[in-house]
Amino acid sequence: MSYLVSHPGRVAALAGGHLELVAVALAVALIFALPLGIVAARRPRLAPWVLGTLGAVYTIPSLALLAVLVQLFGLGFTPILVALAVYAQFMLARNVVAGIAGVDPAQVDAAHGLGMSPAQVLLRVEFPQALPVLIGGMRVAVIAMIAIATLGGYVGGVGLGVLIFNGLTLHQPQMIVAGSAVACALAVALDAALRLAERLVR
Amino acid sequence: MKPATIRFDDSTVRYPDSDRDAVGGVSFEVGGGELVVLLGPSGCGKSTLLRTVNRLVPLRCGRVLVDGVDVAQLDPVELRRGIGYVIQAIGLFANMTVAANVGVVPSLLGWSPGEITARVDELLRLVDLDPTEYRTRRPSALSGGEAQRIGVARAIAARPRALLMDEPFGAVDVVVRTALQRELVRIVAELRTTTLFVTHDVDEAFRLADRIVVMRDGRVEQAGEPFELFERPATPYVRELVHAGDDVYRRYFARGRELVRAR
Repeated sequence: MSYLVSHPGRVAALAGGHLELVAVALAVALIFALPLGIVAARRPRLAPWVLGTLGAVYTIPSLALLAVLVQLFGLGFTPILVALAVYAQFMLARNVVAGIAGVDPAQVDAAHGLGMSPAQVLLRVEFPQALPVLIGGMRVAVIAMIAIATLGGYVGGVGLGVLIFNGLTLHQPQMIVAGSAVACALAVALDAALRLAERLVR
Repeated sequence: MKPATIRFDDSTVRYPDSDRDAVGGVSFEVGGGELVVLLGPSGCGKSTLLRTVNRLVPLRCGRVLVDGVDVAQLDPVELRRGIGYVIQAIGLFANMTVAANVGVVPSLLGWSPGEITARVDELLRLVDLDPTEYRTRRPSALSGGEAQRIGVARAIAARPRALLMDEPFGAVDVVVRTALQRELVRIVAELRTTTLFVTHDVDEAFRLADRIVVMRDGRVEQAGEPFELFERPATPYVRELVHAGDDVYRRYFARGRELVRAR
């Protein structure tokens, strides 16, 4: 922890970069996972294929995926951003499907029967009730993303991973400890924040 | 709105993964302001037939006409906003308050917030619930009977030209059911809304109906006024269903008919 005490500014800047990386990746991930999840929820026969594919992608070792992405995008922010967004797909899409499937069918029948358009049924009835489940998926995804984002220190020079990888090359264990401890703290804090959000929308 | 007429004209429904018609060539008419009960055992096609009126179920052939217009030619969303819909499972929106539930169709139709609030209070009073107490409640904080009252209020909120009710009181206990039936008779008499009401409960059918359409295996077994079914059952099935052969029922019916004549 001595590094944390001696270089608070540097650690804070890297933590900020780490958060920014995860936040942007989560936003990008949602742009894909929401429509994917909604389409899968509408077509029960398609759902296992979509989720199965995303689940398979999720099992690819992150270093291997990053190696491919670095080939495609070069070093920097982009490969780690794409990797995080790809990994989050499974957990986000799965929870969109579960959230929408979990809405009482009678409410959906009533919504159609009373004259809501398909978009209104989704936005006024299904999505609000699926939201806590989606946020639950975001919690799990964010914890995994914060851990995987440390690889950004290796391929992009961003985030708390910088401390970990520099500590490894420079044989400075206190740098590794500082990077890891702050990453853990971020994960715990974000989990708590999302848990609160989950409760608020319920 | 002026009560609609509903006409089934050789209406036929077959579900995609079935090899027989769920509803096979049904024809009859519901007059403006009339309360017609579709009576039959589960699986006889009565709910399916009901759901063809607001196009939740498509016809295989034949037509359904509302006020003389084939519903297939109407925009389904537009059509449904003009027809109230109540189901057994109620389906109050769990993410909305009671007021938002009751006001949902007026809000879809673009009423002003002031008009909606006034209408919601009026409807809650109509179904015998205190607006100040119930307006802000969540559906999860309602009893079954209260929830179905809200379900009825929601269905009639935008003064629909017709009302479709699919076993609306099937899931509540007998005492509450009787109270709800009495209320429905009062409300329908007050609004004069054309109502199509599905049930498998013979007592409920006799209590509510201007006319009863008995269905079995996707077809109309007999259609007529309650007395008519009882006195001249067209088939052994109807005779059995309405207890036309039962002495006790016969005695009650004779007495009931005298009372009606005396009025």
